[in-house]
Amino acid sequence: MVGMALTGTPEKIVSARELGIVACTRCTKPWPMGTRTCGRCGHRLVSRDRLSLQRVWAFWTVGLMCYIPANIYPMLKTRTLFQVDESTIIGGAVELAQYGNWGIAFIILFASVAIPLGKFFAVAYLALSVQRGWATSQRQRQYLYEVVEYIGRWSMIDIFVVAILSSLVQLKTLASINPGAASIFFALSVIFTMLAAQAFDSRMIWDAHAKDEGPNRND
Amino acid sequence: MDHAAISLADLPLDELIVCPQCDATYRLRRPGHGERAVCSRCHTTLINHRRNAGLQIIAVSVAVLVLIIGATIFPFLRIDAAGTSNAVSVLDAALAFGGPMILLSLATAALIVFIPLLRVVLTLYVLIPIVLDRPPARHAVPAFRLSEGLKPWSMAEVFAIGCAVALVKVADLADVEFGPAFYMFGALVVLVIAQDRFLCKWSVWHSLEHPKKS
Ligand SMILES: [Zn+2]
Ligand SMILES: [Zn+2]
Repeated sequence: MVGMALTGTPEKIVSARELGIVACTRCTKPWPMGTRTCGRCGHRLVSRDRLSLQRVWAFWTVGLMCYIPANIYPMLKTRTLFQVDESTIIGGAVELAQYGNWGIAFIILFASVAIPLGKFFAVAYLALSVQRGWATSQRQRQYLYEVVEYIGRWSMIDIFVVAILSSLVQLKTLASINPGAASIFFALSVIFTMLAAQAFDSRMIWDAHAKDEGPNRND
Repeated sequence: MDHAAISLADLPLDELIVCPQCDATYRLRRPGHGERAVCSRCHTTLINHRRNAGLQIIAVSVAVLVLIIGATIFPFLRIDAAGTSNAVSVLDAALAFGGPMILLSLATAALIVFIPLLRVVLTLYVLIPIVLDRPPARHAVPAFRLSEGLKPWSMAEVFAIGCAVALVKVADLADVEFGPAFYMFGALVVLVIAQDRFLCKWSVWHSLEHPKKS
């Protein structure tokens, strides 16, 4: 597969906004600035979504608020013949580490703690960088955004594991696993973080670059 | 800068393509077969031109459709411990959250079964007339737009990896048997990724806009 650049070098790239064009973010078709909806796919057209940052912060806050109870309440309730065990995400990992399962403990901590926290930091950093108009490391920020968008849905894996375990391990008196209250908060946290990432208008990352050159960019 | 701006500004809109991620504007030049047009600013793939991509996607979509239905109906995991056993299907797993968490059950069922199914059906509905060089299906435009919008919420392959993780956790508690649906999931992950790689959104939108008259 050959990768090919369409035209020009990065210094010469002009954004659609500077050309008085608004492009559809869903089907990429360009329209004259001021067009309301895309004539090809019907998507709403906005050159730069000014309200998007407010939505990003709103979803981000709800997501973070859900993430706290997700760590306080138990994720799984395990009942065996001899004991009932209610473990939180971190508690479960610590337990595994105590039994010597360092590898799995590390994977759980990485997937359920490091990645969600990393996503909160990343989305906040991206939103702040755009609000403050930072002009540096645009490519890295675009890459960071793509990583956050890509990873978002994979965080649901914890919920699916809880669902599989709870339905599978139902062995009458011998053992059973049931979902704990944390699962619903964790799911909500993942969903709201995904919404926050989707609300972010990544085109604004590249605007600071053009700021000195385009005089009429105020609409 | 000026030179580029003037030449692009003089072009009709039909000859421009804009990167949806970074708003960079380029003169539209359709890449040859097997080539991709990539945004040189943010490296987003704008056009991914493949010979017979439509047919490949239809084949993969039909396979995904069969796999999702199969994996939903047949039990995919079964455990045995001290004489007691339990087998579950994907729907059983989705509906594991009972009582006050019933909404989470509905959301899980949507994410792992219904949204992936809907996306596959919409993709087939939109692509089959295009590949057959027929006029687009009725409402093909909103159908494809919905399909694209649902993309992040289609999590069949995430669930498939979740199965593997769950197995590791149950392995020392009980004996686990893989049902046929478990292997279907393995195939599903590969196919869903292939489907995303083959599909060139730009080409589909272009075909919907300029239908071949038959
Ligand atoms: Zn459009
Ligand atoms: Zn780009």
